[in-house]
Amino acid sequence: MEGLTELQVELLAATVKVLLVVGVLLGLFSGMTYVERRLLAFMQFRLGPNRTGPLGLLQPVADGIKLFFKEELMPAAANRLAFLGAPVVAIATAFMAVAVIPYGPPFEAFGRRWQIQIADLDVGLLFLFAISSLGVYGIVMAGWAANNKWSLLGGLRSAAQMFSYELSLGLSFVGVILLAGSFRIADIVDRQAGGFWNWNAIVQFPAFLVYSIAACAEVSRTPFDLPEGESELVAGFHTEYSSMRFALLQMAEYVNMITVAVLATNLFLGGWHPGVPGLPAEGIPGFVWFSAKVGLILFVFIWLRGTLPRFRYDQLMSFGWKVLIPLAVLNILATAAVVALARR
Amino acid sequence: MDAVLFYVFAVLAVVNAVLVVAQRNPVYSAFCLIAVLCCLSAIYGLLGSPFIATLQIVVYAGAIMVLFLFVLMLLNVKREERSPGDGVRLKAAGFLLCAVLVAQAGAVLLRARPGGTGAAAYDASTRRMAEILFSPYFLYAFEATSVLILSAIVGAVVLAKKEL
Amino acid sequence: MDAPGFLQHALLLSLLLFGIGALGVFLRRNVITIFMCVELMLNAANLAFVAFSRAHGTLDGQVLVFFVMVVAAAEAAVGLAIVIALQRHRDTLDVDAFSLMRW
Repeated sequence: MEGLTELQVELLAATVKVLLVVGVLLGLFSGMTYVERRLLAFMQFRLGPNRTGPLGLLQPVADGIKLFFKEELMPAAANRLAFLGAPVVAIATAFMAVAVIPYGPPFEAFGRRWQIQIADLDVGLLFLFAISSLGVYGIVMAGWAANNKWSLLGGLRSAAQMFSYELSLGLSFVGVILLAGSFRIADIVDRQAGGFWNWNAIVQFPAFLVYSIAACAEVSRTPFDLPEGESELVAGFHTEYSSMRFALLQMAEYVNMITVAVLATNLFLGGWHPGVPGLPAEGIPGFVWFSAKVGLILFVFIWLRGTLPRFRYDQLMSFGWKVLIPLAVLNILATAAVVALARR
Repeated sequence: MDAVLFYVFAVLAVVNAVLVVAQRNPVYSAFCLIAVLCCLSAIYGLLGSPFIATLQIVVYAGAIMVLFLFVLMLLNVKREERSPGDGVRLKAAGFLLCAVLVAQAGAVLLRARPGGTGAAAYDASTRRMAEILFSPYFLYAFEATSVLILSAIVGAVVLAKKEL
Repeated sequence: MDAPGFLQHALLLSLLLFGIGALGVFLRRNVITIFMCVELMLNAANLAFVAFSRAHGTLDGQVLVFFVMVVAAAEAAVGLAIVIALQRHRDTLDVDAFSLMRW
């Protein structure tokens, strides 16, 4: 672009990317609430929201308006700073994770090659691990700040669940990183070009299994949604939250879910590469394959919610530590052995 | 640009460190310490070590501080109250001792100059770190840390159990 | 970070943080707060390591930082288990209460 220095072009591009990604995610969040309620309803042999607007499509708008006008309560003995800060921390870490993942194939425009990724870090996957570690704090602060024993217990349980499954999540990445030889997510996606037999879901099947289960537990989705189960511990760590702060916490959870789904697509399902060699992988078709895969994974999340009963807390913790972590470590051992031998 | 960012994070780190020491409520101290750790991580990034910067967040801010917060919240630790032993003389003595410590350390450290191959050919990538970490020089230490962590786990479980 | 004075500034920051941590260890009475100030001192040392590593152009300092972090994690785990045992035993976390071994 003429007339602008390199720095200005970078800043402009970053601003546009941030607005685009954040806007799409917020739209996806409200769309997901509607789709989830509808699909759950169909699975449970009922109709779900179908009154507001045609086919109930204006339901998220109605929910938003309701939440906006609800009264914001704060318990008298609550810790002001932490109570107000917890949703902020939750949503900040959720969006920081959003920033380092590619959302589509690179494309040509204005004479340069762009990647739909806000920050292309060389240690992208490691940064994601760091951000998921920070995500625990939003929950811990929310649970502690409300000065309510149910909130505190729910918050601590949820935090313990999150960082227990974070370990297996991180370990499942290591096999993928060993194969690709880099921490950059775009490199890992490019390693899966070619046929679908190159996808890490097949080559690293145990890691894919561990990742799916750990990701479900990370974002507190069924069957791991004990911390926020409506019949347990009142409502867990977000008991005392109402109106827009509650909406922020829900938004953080849904954005985490979308992030995890996009990450699964990039790391294990080939990203924007179609499984069939010969079909185009760049530009609009690449984006179509990418969105289809992400949509499939989100559908599976909703499907799980409608089908499985939830784990009890001790079953959940014992499964995370005693089954998933050894499985992930064995996968790393096997992958490292194969890579080392192949290098001879 | 880098210098400005360094000063911003340095000031934030010092302010939060003072708050860690000055707060009465230990949970607030813990949150301020998390802020210090994040500022230090940013400074490591500015000093050209992305691996150590992310490791700082993963290990320190993401695991050790969560452990601190868990213990603080489960033990329901209250604000620290003033005791009659906390006189002005005690505080003055503390300040003086720390000032002496910092002055002595400063007299030695601040004389340091960049040396060796210098900052020009600095490659702090993960690959380079891994090459050094798994070289014969550091490999034994690396394997020994696994034994250290195992003993720490066993020790922590045994110490914190109610009945053995 | 290629300015020639960065080593001095980073070391100054490290010294300040170390001093503030030492002050906390001297002046505070809650065991867990003292522990947190010790972690602050460890981090100050880490910063010095990384700054020197950058100044000398080698990565040995960073490898040492790696080990310091591992040791700090192990120490935090065992230390906090001790704190829990202390609380259970004496029902207080005031350092002045644990004075059995003083003369």
